Amino acid sequence: MIEIEHLNKTFTARSGVHHALSDINLRIEDGDVFGIIGQSGAGKSTLVRCINMLEQPTSGTVRIDGADITGYRGRQLLGLRSRIGMIFQNFSLFQQRTVLNNVTFPLELSREGRGGKNATREGREARAKELLELVGLADHADRYPSELSGGQQQRVAIARALANEPSIMLCDEATSALDTRTTVSILNLLRDINKNLGVTMVLITHSLAVARMVCNRIAVIDEGRIVEEGSTEQVFSNPQSAVTRELLHFDSLTQVQADEERAGN
Amino acid sequence: MEVLADFFAQYGDLLLQEAWNTILMTVISTFFAYVIGLPLGVALVVTSPKGLRPHRVVNAILGWIVNIGRSFPFIILLVVIIPFTRLLVGTSLGVAGAIVPLTVSAAPFVGRMVEQSLSEVDAGLIEAAQSFGASTWQIVWKVYLREGVSSLIRGVSIAYITIFGYAAMAGAVGAGGLGDLAIRYGYQRYIGSVMVAAVVICIIWVQLFQSIGDYAARKIDKRR
Repeated sequence: MIEIEHLNKTFTARSGVHHALSDINLRIEDGDVFGIIGQSGAGKSTLVRCINMLEQPTSGTVRIDGADITGYRGRQLLGLRSRIGMIFQNFSLFQQRTVLNNVTFPLELSREGRGGKNATREGREARAKELLELVGLADHADRYPSELSGGQQQRVAIARALANEPSIMLCDEATSALDTRTTVSILNLLRDINKNLGVTMVLITHSLAVARMVCNRIAVIDEGRIVEEGSTEQVFSNPQSAVTRELLHFDSLTQVQADEERAGN
Repeated sequence: MEVLADFFAQYGDLLLQEAWNTILMTVISTFFAYVIGLPLGVALVVTSPKGLRPHRVVNAILGWIVNIGRSFPFIILLVVIIPFTRLLVGTSLGVAGAIVPLTVSAAPFVGRMVEQSLSEVDAGLIEAAQSFGASTWQIVWKVYLREGVSSLIRGVSIAYITIFGYAAMAGAVGAGGLGDLAIRYGYQRYIGSVMVAAVVICIIWVQLFQSIGDYAARKIDKRR
């Protein structure tokens, strides 16, 4: 469970103080697929990075399974991050490593002694192969990321994020660089991982259509504040804020296209 | 043909010997310049304001050292550090005497080249590595140096050829090598043919080195 309370984040620039996040309160239950939705610049990227402390909050608390992580430093912080998977808009795969060695990367970092099965190259590669099997890319293990399509690259990134058996996975605009059909297949994969492995997903996106497909709960963020939160059905059937309605209107235009794509499958 | 045969009979051994000296002093100097410059470049990137361990003071001091080192005219540095050179290798002459000033003068330059190569590495990859719990050291080894490898190799070609150019100047103060040969025979004794031969060997060697460097950088790069 992730509990975010009174979270604030300010950036000090030459032009003055910028409030990226203002008094954020959220509760994400185990097994949720939680969507954080907003326009670019709304603060959703900053918010999701406060969950693995890639961004240090200015004030407030983030608790994961009851433990306040905002004070974590050094090894404790690295240990926390290794238990949270993350995927990115531009996949962020290591270009000079093979697909297989991208997936072994998080396993190579392990600080948990030398006894485990990840201590040897063979052990790590065996685990990576299982994961590539899971995302349907077992036969691409020895290729390089530049030889893969965008959808395939994101699958590799998902396998990499799962390497350390995380209980939480953060998805930062994971489908925004993909076409509609690939988006649907990636979202299906994320949903399967959530169902079969029980991984809690925090998914940030600017697209309500994406959120609608996979999320059971949604929070809408605008100018650093949560303007709406609820179950996916609630938010879609009865949007409370102007920002949500605006997003919905824009989405209804692209939704038609998405439906057509799905009907074609 | 006969003229050429005569020429090589007379000067061939000399040219070969001095070419070998030049290669020896430049390769060894480049190696030591990287021994100093590589950690320097890494430190510049890591301590920069947007780096993994931002540190304004350390970054500024390293920056100053690099800038002072780079703005120091080589021919002056060569003379100024003679006592240091003697202390380190026992002589200020010959190949050994040239390696010290060449290394000292190239290390800051190499530091900047390395910094440049590493800062080209996609910031998204650094963030991804952080998100998996990689430590600063792990990011330097596994991400910066590995992802920047192609650019680093191109940097080696540039650094080596710069050092090669300096080595000719070092010849002027008794370092030996092709540059020294060209000056002694061509400039001081008016034997132009030896000078021409020395210069031709320099050109061929530099071309060869650059081509091998380009090939290696291309071959190792897995981006398309």
